[in-house]
Amino acid sequence: MKKLSFSLSLNRELILPVFCLLTVLLINLVKTPDFFDISLTNGAYYGFIIDIINRGSELAIISVGMTLAVSVSGGVDISVGAVAALSAAVITNILSGGEAAVNELHAPILLAIGAGLFSALLCGIWNGFLVARLKIQPMVATLILYTAGRGIAQLICGGQITYVRVNAYRILGTNFGNNPLPTPIYISIAVMIITGLFLKFTSFGLYAKTVGINSEAAKLAGLNPGTIKFIAYIVCAMLAGLAGAIYSSRIYSCDANNIGLNVEVDAILAVILGGNQLSGGKFSIAGSVIGAYTIQALTTSLYAFGMPSAHMPVCKALVIAASISLQSPVVKRLLNKHGKKYFKTVFKTVFKEAAGV
Amino acid sequence: MSFKELKTFDINKSLISITILLFFIMYGAGMLIFGRQGFAKPQVFLNLFINNAGLIVISASMTMVMIIGGIDISVGALVAMDCMILGDLMMNRGWSAWSSMLAVVILGIIYGLTQGFMIAYLKIQPFAVTLAGMFFCRGMAAVISSEVISITNESFVNISQLRISLPLLGTLNKHGKMIYPFIYPSVIVAFAVVVLMFLMLRYTKFGRAVYAIGGNENAAMFMGLNVRRIKLLTYTLDGFLVSVGGILFCMNTMSCFSDQAKGLEMDAIAGTVIGGTLLSGGVGNVFGSLLGCMIRGTAESFISFNGSLSSWWVKITTAVLLSFFIIIQSCMLIFNNRKISC
Repeated sequence: MKKLSFSLSLNRELILPVFCLLTVLLINLVKTPDFFDISLTNGAYYGFIIDIINRGSELAIISVGMTLAVSVSGGVDISVGAVAALSAAVITNILSGGEAAVNELHAPILLAIGAGLFSALLCGIWNGFLVARLKIQPMVATLILYTAGRGIAQLICGGQITYVRVNAYRILGTNFGNNPLPTPIYISIAVMIITGLFLKFTSFGLYAKTVGINSEAAKLAGLNPGTIKFIAYIVCAMLAGLAGAIYSSRIYSCDANNIGLNVEVDAILAVILGGNQLSGGKFSIAGSVIGAYTIQALTTSLYAFGMPSAHMPVCKALVIAASISLQSPVVKRLLNKHGKKYFKTVFKTVFKEAAGV
Repeated sequence: MSFKELKTFDINKSLISITILLFFIMYGAGMLIFGRQGFAKPQVFLNLFINNAGLIVISASMTMVMIIGGIDISVGALVAMDCMILGDLMMNRGWSAWSSMLAVVILGIIYGLTQGFMIAYLKIQPFAVTLAGMFFCRGMAAVISSEVISITNESFVNISQLRISLPLLGTLNKHGKMIYPFIYPSVIVAFAVVVLMFLMLRYTKFGRAVYAIGGNENAAMFMGLNVRRIKLLTYTLDGFLVSVGGILFCMNTMSCFSDQAKGLEMDAIAGTVIGGTLLSGGVGNVFGSLLGCMIRGTAESFISFNGSLSSWWVKITTAVLLSFFIIIQSCMLIFNNRKISC
């Protein structure tokens, strides 16, 4: 019984994010009838849905980390885009041996990716140190790397775009071997499963919520809020570094100015759309992931409608405004007060009509 | 110092004194290093204000928003939209300079009112609301026009390029002629905004209420302040000031395109933080933000005077300065808390 009520309450939290995603998909179904078609060409699946899941992978990965950072510290990590660019710059420059464009690898790929993740880890340690030890507000603390990260990435690249034109490096961003699904999908699913297992089988999730709701109370209860915040920021930066590797593998190069540009904004948006409060505390990773795919679905479907990319933010803004207003406490209260009665009468009349027909 | 004095150690004053000190150190270093290229000339100093007039106004507004405990990350996009509307009205629709400036300011007020309503009355986090606002403005700028409009409206050019020479600080040029440094009207507007904001925040009922709400919202409510209305007013004033800043920004660039002023919000936040305002609210000073913008501007002019450094060094320098400041701030806060608790 206890388990049942728990799952029910979980589902209730996820209703709004799922509702947003379904609305976006439904509009697509009406506007572009072939939206859900998936075709198999040259041994790989193609279609809008595959595209959404594929292109949304990086955002989903980053928003998993962002959810942890937000819930633990009640602030946002705005450096993720810059960390992704930095990690991509490190990876491509190790692979190319410092040259601008190469056709063969100068170092093993795994070593390069390891180095990229290590640089992301360093960024995470810096952010975590500022947030957890020096107790600086997260947004200000991560503003440092937000400003410097791309600068350092450009310093590493020497201000130019580094190309690694090797097929082996492209595996991370495209299909590997004869696999019909793109690799980023597998990576993002792996990240979600690992995070889910980590939160389920360790007490980290509970600790994170406790620290996010009341840091002082957590301290009195015997937890070390600093360590938990530190871990959350390291995880966030590492996942951003992983996303950076996928970004650069997709375009087999590193454009330090454009890799992960504005992804921090999208990731924060995914966290908000997932029904999480930016003030910290309770969180739902599933909600954030659904939020991330909602954003990607919106972007892809707007492209499918033929909207110029520069005009897209207006639609995005309207969707965000609508969904955050729906989730605002005042509107929720109003809906609870008057909405239930209204919906009941609407449903009753609809059912009566349907029964009559 | 007696114990009582120790207890009333003012974090506000000490933070700003560090900012002032750092500005003088940086400027002095610049004079030593680039003295031969003319860094010590008064005009170089005044150029700091000319180039950053828009940013100064926007930082002043950001300071107010941050004192109340909120944040506005839509300022860069709003500036882009303002510039775009100015350019479109003057160049494509034939409006006069004054009427289009008035239109931009009124639009800014309406925009601020909307954001303020969502934040104050619907109780949505300021970050989320201004995030939506940022997308909206950036998109609208692109919807208005996707091309670069350069502004050639005669009266607008005359207003923005009107040279006001300062007869006090003249220098002799190569031919022995006395040359007076000059400023543009935008600098005067920026200064007026900073002074008015300072006076308003410090001496009016509204300003005191802003500090009170930023310090502790619940306490302010129990004191009988109308928190929602003051928040609404704050964000409306923010929309107005950012639009004024946008016009000043446009006067400096004289052109507009939809990707303009990208990242300006972070510059403004950085300037404000360097100036000693805390993001958590309740502590801050408009003059500090002015100095913060100046410090950023000095770092920028270092780069341009050196010539061989690439543009990304501006970013790295700003970040180093930021981390320096933030760490000093947090150390002082910890120090202060310890002293009070003893």
